[in-house]
Amino acid sequence: MSLYSFGLEPLSCHTWNKDRTQIAVSPNNNVVNIYEKKGKDWVKIHELSEHSGRITGIDWAPESNRIVTCASDRNAYVWTLKDGVWKPTLVLVRINRAATCVKWSPLENKFALGSGARLISVCYFEEENDWWLSKHIKKSVRSTVLSLDWHPNNILLAAGSADLQCRVFSAYIKDIEDKPGPTAWGAKMPFGEVLLEHKDCGGWVHSVSFSPSGDQLAWVAHNSSITVADATQGKEVTQLTVDRLPLLSVLYVSPTEIVAAGHDCCPYQFTYKGPGALEFVKKLDIPKQSSKGGLSAMQLFQNLDKRASEEESIDLKTLHQNSITQLCVVSGEKAKVEKYSSVGLDGAMVIWDFKIQ
Amino acid sequence: MSKSTMSARFRRVDVDEYDENKFVDEEDGGENQLGPDEAESHLSPAVLRCILNPPCTGNLMEALHAVLKNPPINTKNQNVKDRAESLVLKVLSAFKSSDIEKGVQSLDKNGVDLLMKYIYKGFEKPSENSSAVLLQWHEKALAAGGVGSIVRVLTARKTV
Repeated sequence: MSLYSFGLEPLSCHTWNKDRTQIAVSPNNNVVNIYEKKGKDWVKIHELSEHSGRITGIDWAPESNRIVTCASDRNAYVWTLKDGVWKPTLVLVRINRAATCVKWSPLENKFALGSGARLISVCYFEEENDWWLSKHIKKSVRSTVLSLDWHPNNILLAAGSADLQCRVFSAYIKDIEDKPGPTAWGAKMPFGEVLLEHKDCGGWVHSVSFSPSGDQLAWVAHNSSITVADATQGKEVTQLTVDRLPLLSVLYVSPTEIVAAGHDCCPYQFTYKGPGALEFVKKLDIPKQSSKGGLSAMQLFQNLDKRASEEESIDLKTLHQNSITQLCVVSGEKAKVEKYSSVGLDGAMVIWDFKIQ
Repeated sequence: MSKSTMSARFRRVDVDEYDENKFVDEEDGGENQLGPDEAESHLSPAVLRCILNPPCTGNLMEALHAVLKNPPINTKNQNVKDRAESLVLKVLSAFKSSDIEKGVQSLDKNGVDLLMKYIYKGFEKPSENSSAVLLQWHEKALAAGGVGSIVRVLTARKTV
């Protein structure tokens, strides 16, 4: 694992380019900074500033090399690299509240945008008029959409929202793609169709993640729980309550292993083998035992006086010093992730290695 | 000054009620949920005696499990909730300090979460010695359930 600090500001979101030599991050303001790896350091090479509100989501399409950004100013831009400069194109998302999250679909011909306007905007490029259009999914969503994830078949979309529910929608746009074949989630998939609606997840659903095959859906909710819905077992839902602080981000790293991280500043590994078999495996951040030099009595009392603690260091024992907000796959395909990255409120980005024992 | 001749009745209209986008909490019918009080009938006489006549050394573990069964989570009847809370408080106060840990260990995950809910409910209305007892229970329940159990007390939409 390696840690790199991008400053003191929290990192709202991050995304990697295709060969992982560049990373786009936003330091909790209205610009996106693109850094390139030079040796051990990350050097800033571009600054994307077109938004007027705080950036809430960035996603980089690896094949087509386009970046989509969304912000609290109710806009989304698609950026393309022309002559070494990133040029923005406005997307007509037609929302009247802030956008909260954005994700390119696996084939990169469309992207989904969640917003506080209680709808999901699925946007695609229309060749005729040379602009980005959007279609809205409004059915049954009753509060802000907090997180999105695409199914590998490029049609199904999972959404977690603040109305304590997790849903799977169909985002099939007949203008740009062929009719999808049936999946374990259902056979009929017109646009906006709800294929799974799990009510009362216990809290806001912060993050959703499909398994590599798309047959399972994992999500984390604010009541410190992680849940998996299994389409192959009649959409049966298995919930595991965790005895830690709530998790904010979840990622499938293999067909059975799940990594989740959140307010505890440390990633955890879970495993799902079937209905009722969702278990905690281990903490993935093993703190190095810091050697404690002999403290003189004077230092001890000074520490007690200044910091109300006898220990020398008041830092957290984990790598991250503040909540982890987002996890992202770095290397390895979705079914066999080798490295994943995390960013947090402490402004640090950590790349973790993942090994299946 | 001139008297206002227009009616001011419009000021009493609650416009939020007419907002078609208003978020309405879905409540499933909890009218039939009774809570541990009504379920007293299947508590054994020994346990009942123990709960209603402190101090007692009788089967406290059984009493604990019995009062934690059938919590009045779905009902809106405040009386049922209050009765349940006072019953639980009686049982918790009857435990000896050294037995609290064993009591907590005998509960499963959901039981610990439920116990935490009752403990925080008890904190809301402190009486004579209740806070001290509850704090002892809180310490042991926290060791068993972790901060996650407290998070679940805070995020639960329907609570005891």
